[in-house]
Amino acid sequence: MNKTYSALNLFREGLRGQRGWAPAWRSPKPKPAYDVIVIGGGGHGLATAYYLAKVHGVRNVAVLEKGWIGGGNSGRNTTVVRSDYYYPESAALYDMSVRLYEGLSRELNYNIMLSQRGMMILAHSEAEMEIAARQVNAMQINGIDSQLLDTEGVRKLAPILNFDRGARYPIHGAMYQGRGGTARHDAVVWGFARGADRLGVDIIQNCEVTDVIVEGGRVTGVATTRGEIRADRIGAAVAGHSSVLAHMAGYRLPIHSYALQAFVSEPLKPVLDTVVLSPGHGTYVSQSDKGGLVFGGGLDRIPSYGQRGNLPVQETVIGGLSEMVPMFSKVKLLRHWAGIVDVTPDSSPIIGPSGVEGLYLNCGWGTGGFKAIPVGGYMLAHILATGRHHDLSRPFDLSRFTRGRLIDEGAASGIAH
Amino acid sequence: MQLFPCPFCGPRNEREFHYVAEPGKTRPDTTGDITAEDWAAYLYDTKNEKGPVREVWMHLTCRELFVMERDSVTMDVLGSKTLRRTLPAEGAA
Amino acid sequence: MSGRRLSQGGLIDRSRLLRFRFDGRDFTGHPGDTLASALLASGVRVMGRSFKYHRPRGLWGAWFDDPNAVFNVRLRGDELPNCPATTTALVDGMQARAVNAWPNAENDLKGGLDLFHRWLGAGFYYKTFMWPDWHLFEPSIRKMAGLGAVDGKAIDGYVADQLHDDCDLLVAGGGAAGLAAARAAAEAGYSVVLADDHPTLGGSLYQGDEPIEGEEPQAWVAAQVAAIRAAGGRILTSTTVFGLYDHGLAALAEDRGFARAPRLWRLRARRTLVATGAMDRPITFADNDRPGVMSLQGAAEFLGRYGVLAGQRIAVLSNNSHSAPIVARLRAAGAEVIEADPAEGAPRALGGKRLSGVQIGARKIDCDTLLVSGGLTPTVHLWRHAGGKLDWSAEKAAFVPGAGPDHMLAAGAANGTFDLDPALAEARAAALGTPHATGASGYRVRPLWPQPGSKGRQWIDFQHDVTLKDVELAARENYVSVEHLKRYTTLGMAADQGKTANMAGLAAMAAIQGRPIPEVGTTTFRPPFVPVPMELYHGTRRGQAVNPLKRLELEPQHRAAGAAMGEYGGWLRPAWYGPEDQSAITAEVQAARQAAGVFDGSPLGKIEVMGPDAAAFVNFIYYNTIATLEPGHIRYGFMLRENGLIFDDGVIARLAEDRFLISCSSSHVAGVEAMLESWRQDGNDPDRIFVHDTTQHWATITVTGPQARAIVAALDTGADPATLAHMTLTEGRFGDSPLRIARVSFTGDASFELSVPASRAADLWQAVLAAGTPLGARPIGLEAMSVLRAEKGFIMVGKDTDGETMPHDLGFDVPRRKKKAAFVGDRALQTEAANAADRRQLVGLRVADSGTVLPTGAHIVTGDGPQRSIGFVTSSYFSPTLDRPIALALLESGQQRIGDRVQLRHLGQSLSATVTAPCALDPEGERLNA
Ligand SMILES: Cc1cc2nc3c(=O)[nH]c(=O)nc-3n(C[C@H](O)[C@H](O)[C@H](O)COP(=O)(O)OP(=O)(O)OC[C@H]3O[C@@H](n4cnc5c(N)ncnc54)[C@H](O)[C@@H]3O)c2cc1C
Ligand SMILES: [Zn+2]
Repeated sequence: MNKTYSALNLFREGLRGQRGWAPAWRSPKPKPAYDVIVIGGGGHGLATAYYLAKVHGVRNVAVLEKGWIGGGNSGRNTTVVRSDYYYPESAALYDMSVRLYEGLSRELNYNIMLSQRGMMILAHSEAEMEIAARQVNAMQINGIDSQLLDTEGVRKLAPILNFDRGARYPIHGAMYQGRGGTARHDAVVWGFARGADRLGVDIIQNCEVTDVIVEGGRVTGVATTRGEIRADRIGAAVAGHSSVLAHMAGYRLPIHSYALQAFVSEPLKPVLDTVVLSPGHGTYVSQSDKGGLVFGGGLDRIPSYGQRGNLPVQETVIGGLSEMVPMFSKVKLLRHWAGIVDVTPDSSPIIGPSGVEGLYLNCGWGTGGFKAIPVGGYMLAHILATGRHHDLSRPFDLSRFTRGRLIDEGAASGIAH
Repeated sequence: MQLFPCPFCGPRNEREFHYVAEPGKTRPDTTGDITAEDWAAYLYDTKNEKGPVREVWMHLTCRELFVMERDSVTMDVLGSKTLRRTLPAEGAA
Repeated sequence: MSGRRLSQGGLIDRSRLLRFRFDGRDFTGHPGDTLASALLASGVRVMGRSFKYHRPRGLWGAWFDDPNAVFNVRLRGDELPNCPATTTALVDGMQARAVNAWPNAENDLKGGLDLFHRWLGAGFYYKTFMWPDWHLFEPSIRKMAGLGAVDGKAIDGYVADQLHDDCDLLVAGGGAAGLAAARAAAEAGYSVVLADDHPTLGGSLYQGDEPIEGEEPQAWVAAQVAAIRAAGGRILTSTTVFGLYDHGLAALAEDRGFARAPRLWRLRARRTLVATGAMDRPITFADNDRPGVMSLQGAAEFLGRYGVLAGQRIAVLSNNSHSAPIVARLRAAGAEVIEADPAEGAPRALGGKRLSGVQIGARKIDCDTLLVSGGLTPTVHLWRHAGGKLDWSAEKAAFVPGAGPDHMLAAGAANGTFDLDPALAEARAAALGTPHATGASGYRVRPLWPQPGSKGRQWIDFQHDVTLKDVELAARENYVSVEHLKRYTTLGMAADQGKTANMAGLAAMAAIQGRPIPEVGTTTFRPPFVPVPMELYHGTRRGQAVNPLKRLELEPQHRAAGAAMGEYGGWLRPAWYGPEDQSAITAEVQAARQAAGVFDGSPLGKIEVMGPDAAAFVNFIYYNTIATLEPGHIRYGFMLRENGLIFDDGVIARLAEDRFLISCSSSHVAGVEAMLESWRQDGNDPDRIFVHDTTQHWATITVTGPQARAIVAALDTGADPATLAHMTLTEGRFGDSPLRIARVSFTGDASFELSVPASRAADLWQAVLAAGTPLGARPIGLEAMSVLRAEKGFIMVGKDTDGETMPHDLGFDVPRRKKKAAFVGDRALQTEAANAADRRQLVGLRVADSGTVLPTGAHIVTGDGPQRSIGFVTSSYFSPTLDRPIALALLESGQQRIGDRVQLRHLGQSLSATVTAPCALDPEGERLNA
């Protein structure tokens, strides 16, 4: 059976009807016990398992997914990858993620189509240009490839935008990260799944964790729809459902779950090569390789576990897009959907101990954790394997709320994707 | 577009409402000692329940806070009631 | 031969000829035609190319289920991309071009790609293009993808009206079931809206010609329409119900003609009846995508609605009882029809761009057209939008509506009731809410699903070129959940969202895995039901109305005075007065320092808090102690959030024992008011505190500078400004209107804020300028005000504070240490972070007098080792008063660094400055009383 992906193997397989390809991952029966259980088969959970096996040699690992892997936010997002964050703690974390992404297709032997076509955040006034300058300076000091563009600079990269000075949100310039861009979300999930599986990790789908077994103050396993499974180290990467899991294990989190929507248009020939975000309209857009405009905006401000969006935000986002690029108003919307995201008070993730011994968290990525999948997995794997924080994850410990050490990227950037 | 029932104004467009908080948290007496943990729990911890929930909302047009019971999965509204112990006398401004 | 127009029949108007072009050739059609029917009538077979392999494609269906004929259409200079030919009504003068084909669909240069199909199967791109890097391959792949091109032009007047309405019953679908239901409900007194996406009602009735309830279809439809209207029901044709949302909201798009934006109806329906009919399924066999292989139902529609016979020698392949009447009609229309049983053997379509026949096992049928029907699939999309469940009906080999929310109903073919009379009975019962048992179904279907392992290329998703082999590959590689199957193969993700493909896809997966179909499940059905222009969601959120600016009462006066208006915190305000900014700002600052500046401060918040508990309440709201404030006095203070961070700053005046006036930042009025209301109603007795925003009721004109007192004295107010101490307030009169005079200062010079009812703003403005101009006063804008306050080191929240600033960072530490009473945010000021030694504090920065102004946003960095930001410039100007640059900054341990020289960085450039106290002008405050 053919296990390695390459042009040559693709050619060979083509000659024999693509019949030789091995399954991308197995579907094993759950064993009664593992060294480590990872709850949640999204990008973060699968990356955790992969790095546990790869970096730490911990291979007796199960990833438990209640539905199909990637069925949560990892398969619903708008795929923006960037690291232009303001605070040094965030910059370090997200930049490591982008660096891991940059080598990921080859490392996983799975083309995740990282497309670093650049990402710009528009500035609509001179005051916003000053704030953009503040951000760009901070990023440059933190080693991030961020630039400040003037109107002409924006026009060069995205000539289809509305440059009318009389627009409600005129374009004065933009903050631009050239290494920002997009990646194929499903491929990231499947690539990590395949990578982890090959290292011996059991990926178990249709296996919902229904209870967390805590004995003498520490976890010893989980109850699932496919029976009880034991492990004394458990990582939870369940995004929008973090509070539900917390409820099972008896701890509380500073998280609200909200629906975040995404939209895709009918496929068009290429018209937009960069990712553009307009803070004024609260809309961001990129064009996928298939040709669809992929876009989104802010949260539905109604706490929700219903994976569908609501009309007011659709109007804001789609209306905003038509204002940003007037010709798009005649383009047709193909589909819209929503995911349930886990929003913390400072819009930064929570990584580290949960308060229940042996149970560690990777959650709170909210609207922006796709770009962090490699690093989120890397960090959680580090903690599960060593029992200690990685230097980069320490500032994101749950205790920051008690210490008042919030990392408020939301306040620093408006929308975070 | 959801319809929310303001106990004062009746069913109105969701755009007129603002989610405030989960009910049931009492502000600690800050003139005494409060641990950092208790304060953080008061400030940040949520139940964030899946299914039937009780929440405090503000109807921005009349500015009244009220408690709404909803289902956070189906988005069905199960009821709403004022936060007030007593309603102002009828006809009062 | 292929399609042709019959001399009679159909709903078209043969008396008129419409001319149009397709792929560079001229054609004609009639009113009532779609682009597709007119082309089919003209004998055109190849109308498009597939997405990946550029295979030639003809029509499959006659309505929204056609995945193949997708055109860019231009009419009188307006072009729309990706128009489905089957649902685009023909208009005289249209120019259509098949998308994804060059030079045309008939002869597409990229057609050769099909030769490489064996290497381009499902997900091939995940397995290659990794070396050296995806970026090398992406641009060319990008160019190949996409369907139609968008021409870069917005269409003039392309604006969607939006209508809001409600009804007792929305009937989606105007076929037999929908019409019967709407009539029954309307006649029973319900308010009814019936919507159908066709221009002509009747649904699938025109496919046959049997009478319905004893009448000809057209007559029956007309009778229902008349009855519905007579009973007060409303009928919307050419209107698609494209989404059902929470709480019974339906979104409808009413077509208003080509290149005109549809009208959006938002209909709140107490009940919604899904009567959207059913679609014919393709049969999966080798080369089933050949032009000439068409849906049987589609051919019946072309015949019934458009008078077009799809072919002359027609083979029919069907597994169900629905085909018999259609076959009869085709024969009656003059076609030679050969029926074949798909069970005879694995079929294979023969021919290339034109079908030449079909091979079924050993039997070869010569034909120009092959009509297939693999069974009916109820159109359950709307049912699913509303959260209804689906049940699998083995008898009907289809998913049918199961349990659903109370307000949702389904009837007719959409409900799996494919026979006419039972559908009518069921629809009427549903409309009236009366119990009804649908009897035995006359519809017979033999399950006929894709056969894994069978030979040939068998299409499942036509537009996206997904074949049975792709599904098999997905299964082999363990992409077996329906969602993985969809995503890996892109099955169902094309512009038709899988209307023809999904059933075959999941049936194929079920067959490969040996699982029952319902166990494989369906993917999620999401709005919009068919692609709709984004304009539909645009609504009022366009141009300046996206987020309307607040306008000043005095805007005409400002404009008359030559003001450059700009946006500040949601208000349109004078930035400066004069044609050029820098000289105007300098002159305004100088006037304010040497004589007087007159400033429109009307947007400043004016929130009154009153009642017996008001004093305790504001004392709790403010960081600073307010309880001790005497009536007639004013205090500067901060409002915090419970997390200790600064929410707003400003002055609060005590108007009376039980009455306070809060001046918050102009951009924060709504937020402050909501915050006050939350605390008032939560934890307080709301009957003892009242909060009232009077911001828009009062206009405020601030007079500041050495001549301010004289100017105010010159107004006839009844109050003596000379006796008014700094931080006090008094009431006077302006003519017969009340006037408030507050002595507060944001400039460091003596300042008076004069507030009158907004209707008197113009008079006061004129009076102040009349009194002030002789003394050298002039209007000053926001920019001059920003310089004036920066000279004094006064902050603007949001500019000189960020998401971490607490009051003690700005030098206001006393309440944090001393205030006894509880206040919002108090405990948060004692956390580890709040007590940290390295907090960023407000400082001034000084550069050489002749130096350039520091850029706002420049960061202060540590020099040694790898650079680290320790702060940044928040405000920076050239001070005309001091004749040198000034700047404010937030700097780590700033207070301890006063006097230090620091390095700055701005966009790669290095700068330096000396840390100073924030206040650069008159630190002793002598000017206040000068
Ligand atoms: C519309 C939208 C757009 C977005 N756009 C971007 C973007 O452009 N860029 C970006 O960086 N981020 C974006 N995000 C955020 C990003 O998608 C998420 O932060 C990220 O995918 C989170 O990954 P995860 O693995 O933590 O969670 P998920 O992918 O949600 O995975 C969690 C998994 O846990 C499973 N699970 C839950 N409970 C249980 C249980 N009890 N037992 C077993 N399994 C369970 C779920 O089924 C799910 O598969 C967007 C999100 C949305 C919704
Ligand atoms: Zn109300």
